[in-house]
Amino acid sequence: MTCTKPQNEHIELSRKRHGYRLDHHERKRKKESREVHERSHKARKMIGLKAKLYHKQRHAEKIQMKKTLKMHEQRKTKQKNDDKTPEGAVPAYLLLDREGQSRAKVLSNMIKQKRKEKAGKWEVPLPKVRAQGETDVLKVIKTGKRQKKAWKRMVTKLCFVGDGFIRKPPKYERFIRPMGLRFKKAHVTHPELKATFCLPILGVKKNPSSPLYTSLGVITKGTVVEVNVSELGLVTQGGKVIWGKYAQVTNNPENDGCINAVLLV
Amino acid sequence: MTSGDVERMLIQFQDESGEVLGNPFDVPLDITPDKLQLVCNALLQKEEPLPFAFYARGEAEVVSSLGVCVKALGIETEQVLPVVYQPQAVFRVRAVARCTSSLQGHTEAVISTAFSPTGKYLASGSGDTTVRFWDLTTETPHHTSRGHTHWVLSIAWSPDGKKLASGCKNSQICIWDPVTGQQIGKTLIGHTKWITWLCWEPLHLNAECRYLASSSKDGSVRIWDTLLCRTEKIMTGHTQTVTCVKWGGDGLLYTSSQDRTIKVWRASDGVQCRTLQGHAHWVNTLALSTDYVLRTGAFDPAHATINAQDVTGSLEDVKERALQRYNKVRGSNPERLVSGSDDFTMFLWTPAEEKKPLARLTGHCALVNEVLFSPDTRLLASASFDKSIKIWDGRTGKYLQSLRGHVSAVYQVAWSSDSRLLVSGSSDSTLKVWDVKTGKLTMDLPGHADEVFAVDWSPDGQRVVSGGKDKCLRIWRR
Repeated sequence: MTCTKPQNEHIELSRKRHGYRLDHHERKRKKESREVHERSHKARKMIGLKAKLYHKQRHAEKIQMKKTLKMHEQRKTKQKNDDKTPEGAVPAYLLLDREGQSRAKVLSNMIKQKRKEKAGKWEVPLPKVRAQGETDVLKVIKTGKRQKKAWKRMVTKLCFVGDGFIRKPPKYERFIRPMGLRFKKAHVTHPELKATFCLPILGVKKNPSSPLYTSLGVITKGTVVEVNVSELGLVTQGGKVIWGKYAQVTNNPENDGCINAVLLV
Repeated sequence: MTSGDVERMLIQFQDESGEVLGNPFDVPLDITPDKLQLVCNALLQKEEPLPFAFYARGEAEVVSSLGVCVKALGIETEQVLPVVYQPQAVFRVRAVARCTSSLQGHTEAVISTAFSPTGKYLASGSGDTTVRFWDLTTETPHHTSRGHTHWVLSIAWSPDGKKLASGCKNSQICIWDPVTGQQIGKTLIGHTKWITWLCWEPLHLNAECRYLASSSKDGSVRIWDTLLCRTEKIMTGHTQTVTCVKWGGDGLLYTSSQDRTIKVWRASDGVQCRTLQGHAHWVNTLALSTDYVLRTGAFDPAHATINAQDVTGSLEDVKERALQRYNKVRGSNPERLVSGSDDFTMFLWTPAEEKKPLARLTGHCALVNEVLFSPDTRLLASASFDKSIKIWDGRTGKYLQSLRGHVSAVYQVAWSSDSRLLVSGSSDSTLKVWDVKTGKLTMDLPGHADEVFAVDWSPDGQRVVSGGKDKCLRIWRR
């Protein structure tokens, strides 16, 4: 006769119908307490490959148990464990939120910078930006008596046109830049000072999506613009005041209605 | 020019402030500075002859003979030439040449060192939270003062040399007695972030040396009463870390901060007088023209002896002497203030009078870490992270010369008490002694194993101390 364990819910069903044996709970308790001894007996008596496997498993279990016990113990006694002062004491003028670089890092940074300069890549805060397709940026405007001609385009993103901008005669104007989408100022953040200034834009230097947008003056996320920084009072070595610097746009201006940029120092 | 017939010229001696001395008189063009000195001393009718330096028309120095100077400047010999005479320090400090001892004892980097105003005691604060006092005659440790719980960032001697204040990174200030090494009074608690600078009240304003000003990263400046061990005044106004605080000789406090401004406060009631704006980045350091004389108080470096002595005399006596010295150095002009900043430039101000700067000192390629006036206030030295030190005229801010030689950022400089020599410590672990007149390197002092964080020249001119990352203090002598 094959000894099979009862399947499905017969045990639970029978318990519901008939209840427990009168000594069930007592026997269960005693069996569990005997388990500890039986386990230890097995561990002592086992030999061979079986024993090796068992001992390995048991060792791992014990380590885990010890860890949890220690954790529980530590929680009981709350200690302030910064008795030791940290190492690497530096004077106040070096502590001032200056990122002290280790000398090895400085050398490797120098080499990396030289390589990048050779390759013509410049460090910008947002190196990769999603390119905007033409359908996103330019909207087709239909003109003509039957509204069939579709050679005009209207810019749907913010743009900068400059002071002396004069529209072409409307009949010949191919790209329309609406007045409502023309902006002159940007909120520029200085990365080290962590202060933001509202500075006038001098021009759009490069739009990462396409040179066409650069020439139109379209400002999207990742565009490098030149801003007027004479307000900040920066000065070159020779004593000349710096009045223009590059900044990179960090938000999606068409969604927010304002241009936020970070200064490229 | 026929032989035996030297051209003559009319010159008029003038003081630095423009006052004329005597009448114009006739001198031959090949007159040397020594003879000019004799004439000048005779005119001034001094008992002891003083050394002078002469500047034709206030610009070019007369080095070999007057004729050379005249030719260089292209002056006509028909007119009266004003010759400005500047008294030099009577005593001469000799350049330090050798390391007499390397004082070990600190278990972490030495962050700040300072000689007491008379040069008798030496104290150093370090990253191992102790302040140590060193005996200078035997060059051994004297006391170890424990009391701080974090790195000791700044130390300051009181102008009478009887107390030392030290501030730590846990925003506590302790006052120590250099003779016993024990703490005086209670620990001063009040700031919420670390202490960046400490400055005592000048001796001629208060001979008891009771009040101490401290600036902290939490943006406030506190004046402490060290006798009662509590805050006397709190001055808030800066929005970011206050990097430096200086107590001026006429009762004004000057503070510089990372919020790009410098504020002037009245020390008596803590009211803000003025805000000086102009910098484009953090303002790191301040220097007052009267710094050195405020530091040394009643002690005159000209009267220094081999064994440095304490300041003696009653409180009134000491106060009187300090006031005399202060007035002599300051003259009739207001105090000048120079601020060095991360925007690679410095500004020269007269903060007691105007809001606008006198001059903007540009030229450095990296941030300016420390600026210091020379003890006679004529020159200004600026140490920068671009490995150079620049010397500027202390009155007008005109650029004079650059001292190059370090191979890494220059952290601190110190002037000798006769204003002729300058010592600089840098992160390339060497110290260099420069002769300011010629602009040349006098001595190169290698020896430290790691970056040099602090240098100081004792007011009696005998010793230079330097401490750094390699945990030991080095004393250098002639």
